[in-house]
Amino acid sequence: MEHHLVLRVVSKLIIPPILLFGLYVQFHGDHGAGGGFQAGVIIAVAFILYGLVFGIPRLLRVLPWRFIRASMAAGVLLYAGTGAASMLMGADYLDYAPFGATPVEGQHLGILLVELGVGITVASVMLAIFIAFAARLPSQIKDEEW
Amino acid sequence: MIAGATAGFIAKHLPVLVVLVPLMAAPACLITGNRHATWAIATLASWTSFALTVALFIRVAGQGPLSYSLGGWAAPFGIEYRADALNAFILPLIAGIASFALPYARGSIGRDVEPRQQNLFYSALLLCLAGLLGVTITGDVFNIFVFLEISSLASYVLVAAGGGRDRRAFKAAFDYLIMGTIGASFFVIGIGFLYMATGTLNIADLAHRLATAPADRTVRMAYGFILVGIGLKLAMMPLHQWLPNAYSYAPPAVTAFLAATATKVSLYVLIRFLYTVFGLDDPFEAQTLKLLVMPLGIIGIFAASTVAIFQNDIRRMFAWSSIAQAGYMLTGIALMTPQGLAASLVNIVNHGLTKGALFMAVGMLTLATGTSRLSDLRGIGRTMPWTMAAILAGGLGLIGVPLTAGFISKWALVSAALDAGQWWLAGAVLLSSLLALGYVWRIVETACFGKADETRVIEPVPLAMVIPAWGLLAVSLYAGVQPALIMEGANAAARSLLPHLTGVGG
Repeated sequence: MEHHLVLRVVSKLIIPPILLFGLYVQFHGDHGAGGGFQAGVIIAVAFILYGLVFGIPRLLRVLPWRFIRASMAAGVLLYAGTGAASMLMGADYLDYAPFGATPVEGQHLGILLVELGVGITVASVMLAIFIAFAARLPSQIKDEEW
Repeated sequence: MIAGATAGFIAKHLPVLVVLVPLMAAPACLITGNRHATWAIATLASWTSFALTVALFIRVAGQGPLSYSLGGWAAPFGIEYRADALNAFILPLIAGIASFALPYARGSIGRDVEPRQQNLFYSALLLCLAGLLGVTITGDVFNIFVFLEISSLASYVLVAAGGGRDRRAFKAAFDYLIMGTIGASFFVIGIGFLYMATGTLNIADLAHRLATAPADRTVRMAYGFILVGIGLKLAMMPLHQWLPNAYSYAPPAVTAFLAATATKVSLYVLIRFLYTVFGLDDPFEAQTLKLLVMPLGIIGIFAASTVAIFQNDIRRMFAWSSIAQAGYMLTGIALMTPQGLAASLVNIVNHGLTKGALFMAVGMLTLATGTSRLSDLRGIGRTMPWTMAAILAGGLGLIGVPLTAGFISKWALVSAALDAGQWWLAGAVLLSSLLALGYVWRIVETACFGKADETRVIEPVPLAMVIPAWGLLAVSLYAGVQPALIMEGANAAARSLLPHLTGVGG
């Protein structure tokens, strides 16, 4: 990728806004359009773009494989754990009402946590699928052949 | 104090805890990484959920149906988990088989999955378990689809795990994936039609609305799609092609687990849809059962048993026998009497126990000798008498010899057929036992009367495989000697589904 100055500079310029937009979609999900699924994909796209331009080995230095695999599970655990927490606080599974002073406040916090879990899992699963396929290429296409 | 509070907590959340324990243990296994620790987590989770399912069964038997609304949203709008006499009867089978399969997997999985990937294997097994339990306990048809997909996707991975030893497992898993996905798509299309016709997804609400409204073409389309979709999942005769390969090439622990649970849960879903949701008041639905499912079941019994006789691979032979057994269960369902339904339910449990034990014993045989081909196993009965005795005991159960669990289920089916005046069906069931005798005899003949190969190397079988296999076999033999508990559970379930036909039952 040594020759692709334009690609490198442009992708470095747009990766931070993509991440920022992903976070916006993530946390704005309960006010407007958005939520964990969409945000997860957008955040994964930022890293996939990085991997496409700078290569999988450098992507894996930013996000080690162990970390990706652990966060796939961590998102599910956060979701299920939120439900378990509501059970421990005396409500039904995934009933977020006891999380806040008022039921509405509790629902607000609960849905935020659950959506965060969804976002983490979706982002890491998208990345894992991309890396699983991309890392199988026997030898990457040489720079001179671009 | 704390014990009392815990008991109260468990009692309050029992229906959801049954699914939640394996569902949360699965990602925990993925994070843990260490294969010994993951095995311990997985085994503990399956035993816990087995204990919970037994508690649920006792509670439902004593106090009647139990409803739990997820997220605090009340039933027809929110997702409801509902345990009644039918699914509380099936749940302990699923979790119980998993409780035997996990210790067994510890002894056998080293052959198929390399050590650093074993946590992924246990994770997939727990997800499959959680999915199957979820399908069974939920009272929401779309939730059934979601859990069916969780369990199916996990089971494709589990079948493909056999690829480390035999690469044909990959193709078997791929075929299973394609057929299973087609089945799931048909199923969800059927649910879509139901939603179109009624505007609800809750099973009890669906049953109520379909009972009061005249069945129109939309409902009949839903019926057709769901019948074919679930038929694929349970390997109903012309839709069974994925099964022999999947069972033959999966790791032994997976074959034992899937053969005893996955198709059984699909049968449960079929029973739930036919008897609770559709209710079979519409002549179209009843006639389809009588004129399509019944003949397919009988063709399945005879064709699959005949194919089993000519198999050289012992695992494939028993896989075909599973297709034949699904035929028995379908004919019982298609009788549309409480006795027939009870016979199918008894067969679901008894065959699950027998086939689980049988595939475990066969797994021991293939691990010790390195082959599952009958032509390579001549005279194996003299070198491995105990393992062959276990296989023979399971095989006698498949034939339906008295004092085995298989006898109880065949007896129930034959008497149900006679009660319904279908003497020819009773005759067919008895006649088909001869075919089962045919394939079991082939194993006995090869193992006991063949000339032993002196150069054969027999590897020691780990105790972690021997104990679960014999344990499960003991349970299945006990179910044959003391059938009262299973018969009562099945009769109660059948009566609860067909209240307007309160026959004597069994």
